[in-house]
Amino acid sequence: MTHPTGARINNDLIRPLLLTSWRFYLLVVFFGGFVVAGVIAWISQMYYGFGIAGLKWPIYWAFYVTNFVFWIGISHAGTLISAILRLVNAGWRRPVTRCAEVITVFALMIGALFPLIHLGRPWLAFWLFPYPSERLIWPNFRSPLVWDFFAINTYLTGSTLFLLLPMIPDFAVVRDKSTGLRHRIYRVLALGWRGTPKQWHRLESAMQIMAIAIIPVAVSVHTVVSFDFSMAPIPMWNTTIFGPYFVAGAIFSGIAGLLIAMAVLRKFLHLEDYIHPVHFENLGKLLLVMALLWGYFVFNERLVTYYGNGPAEMTVFWQTQRESFAPLYWTMVTCNFVLPVVLMGIRRFRTIAGCVIASFGVILGMWLERFLIIVPSLGHKYLPYSFGSYSPRPAEIVITGATFAAMALLYVLFAKFVPIISIWELKAGEHPSPALIPPATAEHRLGELHL
Amino acid sequence: MKAVYGLYPDGQSAQQAVNRLRAAGLTDRDITVISAQPMEDFEFGRMDDSTWMWWFACLGGLIGMSVGLALSWYTATAWPMNVGGLPTFAWWPKLIILFEMTMLGAILATVITLVVSAIIPRKGQTLYDPEVTDGKILVGVEDPINVSLPAIETALSSPSGARVKRTF
Repeated sequence: MTHPTGARINNDLIRPLLLTSWRFYLLVVFFGGFVVAGVIAWISQMYYGFGIAGLKWPIYWAFYVTNFVFWIGISHAGTLISAILRLVNAGWRRPVTRCAEVITVFALMIGALFPLIHLGRPWLAFWLFPYPSERLIWPNFRSPLVWDFFAINTYLTGSTLFLLLPMIPDFAVVRDKSTGLRHRIYRVLALGWRGTPKQWHRLESAMQIMAIAIIPVAVSVHTVVSFDFSMAPIPMWNTTIFGPYFVAGAIFSGIAGLLIAMAVLRKFLHLEDYIHPVHFENLGKLLLVMALLWGYFVFNERLVTYYGNGPAEMTVFWQTQRESFAPLYWTMVTCNFVLPVVLMGIRRFRTIAGCVIASFGVILGMWLERFLIIVPSLGHKYLPYSFGSYSPRPAEIVITGATFAAMALLYVLFAKFVPIISIWELKAGEHPSPALIPPATAEHRLGELHL
Repeated sequence: MKAVYGLYPDGQSAQQAVNRLRAAGLTDRDITVISAQPMEDFEFGRMDDSTWMWWFACLGGLIGMSVGLALSWYTATAWPMNVGGLPTFAWWPKLIILFEMTMLGAILATVITLVVSAIIPRKGQTLYDPEVTDGKILVGVEDPINVSLPAIETALSSPSGARVKRTF
């Protein structure tokens, strides 16, 4: 393993921006094709109505709200993890933070799209807005959906700025290394950045303040998303554990998403000298901790419901334990608990490949978890006359698949136009001479922190 | 803009250049240092590090909280609706909006402070050399007035590895 120098860091990390291979176009066409298919499915749904989706009474929240909660959860990968690592001054975070922060912004954008998709007629979205009208709309401003609006917008704004600010010095590097139109574009994006001590100090102070502010916001976002469920008198929803349960699940799926993204970037952009096995090992340990925490929350939720023995709750409970939803439930437990605990708990399996396999399992498991929270409860409310079933239709499946492709497409495009690893932060991790390194910053050296 | 500056291969020689410029009678306000990364291991990297940013962030948070309070009070009273016997203006559901708006205010104030205080270019402060991107550290003086140019050039060229340039 080598420690690249400043000039090599510039060259390695700017190369994907300046040189374009056929693989980039292939990926854009591949993922773009799925996105186009998703847009066609959405347009079909608008044209023919919700009849072509599987949404019908009493289950109006199904794939779309599952996707909404899932993507908001994935968004916890980036800004939250990056902010925590920044505050604890973990040196190994440097190659990881931007990969993670990008996931947050794109996942939030995709997640926030689902309420629109779920509207059926999105051009009438303004009917939801509270404005004086002759139609006597009386919006309920105490609804948890209003909290969603504020929480998600605050998190999206904060995360976008948290991503953009450290990109300014890197735009200045690209500005200096490029010519022609590209030089002019990056000169505008660099906002006249020079790199004076004052600018560096202000930037680091701003990042510190934003890291402090964004952590509680990130926790609040998924707590508020959980309130969409737990504030409603629906069996298995009206429980106090949903807030921390959702936050833990969000961080869990977020770490899994980050591990997959890091492995793909490492492979395709040849970033082996920057994203080291130690990064996967450290994040793998975090994944293990979150798997255990997730198991603890699930055990709590299930045990309390079982001992409560309420008829409506037990109907939903048995649906997931040994009736129609049982196969999905036990798949979820295997993916979210058994797989990561085995792979990440045994040191010899905590490799890059092991992390990726466990992460794919967690992504699948967490999507199933969101689905199993929503659908069995809505299909088995208190009175049997309101029981119903749900099976997804092609439009929903295509739109769901398209959002994963959209995430990949946005990531590919981002990596093409912005250095995917923060150049200046990586350089800041190098210290000029051991004699000059104060003891408190000795651990900043790339990849040497062992948890 | 008239400027004299030196490019240095490492922080130690840049620090020597800064020290010699000070010895030649220049103040920290007259000296420009530019680097490709934060240089907090060196004294010159901590020049001009006092900031009101934390206070502005708190102020932004207070403004955000006030806006959140006004917004939630206005919407609740303009569209009064009886929901489960909750009072028209109920504190518990509004606390979430107050919290989010407080944090949004603090974040926006921080970014605005950063942009205004450090990113928007000041008139006459345009000294730059693209070699900084390759790892060189620039130490120079823009529009030198009080100290003679030969004295500045002597100070800048003293450290090892220095390359001194003029922009006029």
